[in-house]
Amino acid sequence: MYRYDQYDQAMVDARVAEFRDQARRRLEGKLTEDQFKPLRLMNGLYLQLHAYMLRVAIPYGTLDSRQLEKLADIADKYDRGYGHFTTRQNIQYNWIKLEDAADILAELASVEMHAIQTSGNCIRNISSDHFAGAAADEVVDPRPYAELMRQWSSFHPEFSYLPRKFKIAVIASEKDRAAMRLHDIGIRIVKRGAEVGAEVYAGGGMGRTPMVAPLIRDFVALDQLITYAEAALRVYNRYGRRDNKYKARIKILVHELGAAEYTRQVEEEFAHLLSVGVEPPLAELERIKAHFAPPPFVSSEVETPFEQHLSTILEANGGQGSAFGRWVRRNTHPHKAPGYVSAVISLKPAGGIPGDATSEQMRLVAKLARDHSFDELRVMHTQNLLLPHVRIADLPAVWQALDEAGLGSPNMDTIEDIIACPGLDYCSLANARSIPLAQRISERFAETGRTEVVGELKLKISGCINACGHHHAGHIGILGVDKKGVENYQLSLGGSEAEDVSLAKITGPGFDEDGVIAAVEKVTDVYLAKRSDGERFLDTYRRIGMEPFKEALYG
Amino acid sequence: MGNDLGTSPDEVQFRFRDDEPVDHATVTVDSCCDQTNAAAVRIEPGDDARVLLPFLDRLALVEVNFPAFGDGRGYSAARILREAGYTGELRAVGQVLIDQLSHMRRCGFDSFAPDKRLDEEDAARAFATWENVYQRAADGRRTVAEKRHEA
Repeated sequence: MYRYDQYDQAMVDARVAEFRDQARRRLEGKLTEDQFKPLRLMNGLYLQLHAYMLRVAIPYGTLDSRQLEKLADIADKYDRGYGHFTTRQNIQYNWIKLEDAADILAELASVEMHAIQTSGNCIRNISSDHFAGAAADEVVDPRPYAELMRQWSSFHPEFSYLPRKFKIAVIASEKDRAAMRLHDIGIRIVKRGAEVGAEVYAGGGMGRTPMVAPLIRDFVALDQLITYAEAALRVYNRYGRRDNKYKARIKILVHELGAAEYTRQVEEEFAHLLSVGVEPPLAELERIKAHFAPPPFVSSEVETPFEQHLSTILEANGGQGSAFGRWVRRNTHPHKAPGYVSAVISLKPAGGIPGDATSEQMRLVAKLARDHSFDELRVMHTQNLLLPHVRIADLPAVWQALDEAGLGSPNMDTIEDIIACPGLDYCSLANARSIPLAQRISERFAETGRTEVVGELKLKISGCINACGHHHAGHIGILGVDKKGVENYQLSLGGSEAEDVSLAKITGPGFDEDGVIAAVEKVTDVYLAKRSDGERFLDTYRRIGMEPFKEALYG
Repeated sequence: MGNDLGTSPDEVQFRFRDDEPVDHATVTVDSCCDQTNAAAVRIEPGDDARVLLPFLDRLALVEVNFPAFGDGRGYSAARILREAGYTGELRAVGQVLIDQLSHMRRCGFDSFAPDKRLDEEDAARAFATWENVYQRAADGRRTVAEKRHEA
């Protein structure tokens, strides 16, 4: 994985010093709160309902055991012993004191981490496929491109006061595991013949006006990628709306101009910037790539076919139907290296808070990464953790350790694997609570044994229209609203953040908390009654449409 | 003059040029395009800096106004002018604050007339924030990537 050199380290150190100075000037009254706010936001510091929240960047979701242990230490020293992993592969601490913030940033810098641009109207942390560098289906490892963009976007002098926040995702396979087309800019690394380049999508997003990003260019050469991104950002910075914060995201600009006109303007700017010369030397990309060289996989296992290897392990450990067997089936993902899998560590125990991990759990996961995954870890956009490179032979030991720590739930991509925003329990923007609803739904489905029967069903809950819980992209989405002072939940169906991206449609009038839980069960009843062989919930919905579900809910 | 648009040299707190400052008022972008002799112009956030490109050789001062510090359009305007070869004074005016100075400098601003005077010491520290830079910009500084790969 990527390691800082003297320059990268100097940059984050300079940032810590800068923030310390800003905090001092705020305390001395030289900065008003209005002036300080965008500065603290660009260092990840939000003011929530009860306290400051600090969002720490985990670039493209990759970290090592030393870094996760540091995150655990910060949770113990400055927070309440836990952290919350987010849908953009970051971690949030919910109970931070302003006066500790600079010290925390300094601790992060000591392990090559930071909170730079995790908030504010700037280019946010670059996210990527959580299986990057491991997935059997990727064209290349997308992370070098994400790292190149991390450096380009950090402290960008022209793009630090954009109309609104700006999120970029980089993937490199047909499968989309990063909600790429729901980003302000989505990049898919592709091959054209032997040449590697980038497809660029622009103007996606969720929030109050969800949009799927259209393709604006089918191939950008790798030695022009930064130049193209710079052009796309410059057009947005100049012409994105600033009169209304709710219409300020690039999706509105692309929508109002039309994708063709936006693209024309970007192409014009791109041609100009090519003549100016803003691209880093291609040797820099090669330097970064060397950091992402595959770990030394054990080659003696090359000869054993994957399925055979897996079934041998399963037979020796209780078979398909055992708890271990169910976890292997649900939570492991095919790896490019024979004899290995990627193993998902669920942060979604039934009845738990989606995405939360205690410091003890973080330390255990760090140890497992060291012992079984070449010291590498990932944060998934689904708010889970991942050991990317686990030998199939190690799976029983890994599972046992996880299970003992309450991290062994076999529920990846099931209805228990709920994405939920912090909601009204923490967030000052929320209209309704998300967490208790997620807890009750996962508990209910786990109790009735329905999780396994229903199979893949992505449920996503947001506590307000800003859609941090991705409800527009849920196979089932739930949006909390305030109805005359009472929490009310709107149900929607048919969304997807994956390669079959779509936006969910609202079923009809909302429900109270008990009502929406019952409604989710009714929706799964309809699915189970109507599904044909092998159909996921989403497939059945797309085949039969909204009507049968409406009838069951309101008929 | 009948026109008090623009800042006077007295209001300039930081200037990184040796030439004599232009000592007359600026005109709007529209007026600049209509007049043949204006040497100083003021860009508002909604103006397209590119309409000035045909007139760059007669301009000695371009002021870019920041009525609100959070409106970042002026950063693009500045870079566009420098990329087009403008070498005259480029002055940031309005809500110019300590923590924006280093980015403005990188985008090509070489003089600063904040509407409220800034603490000199804080400003000096702010201008020196970045010993290294990741991006190419209008200041011609060598980037980290270039330093890494120089022979």
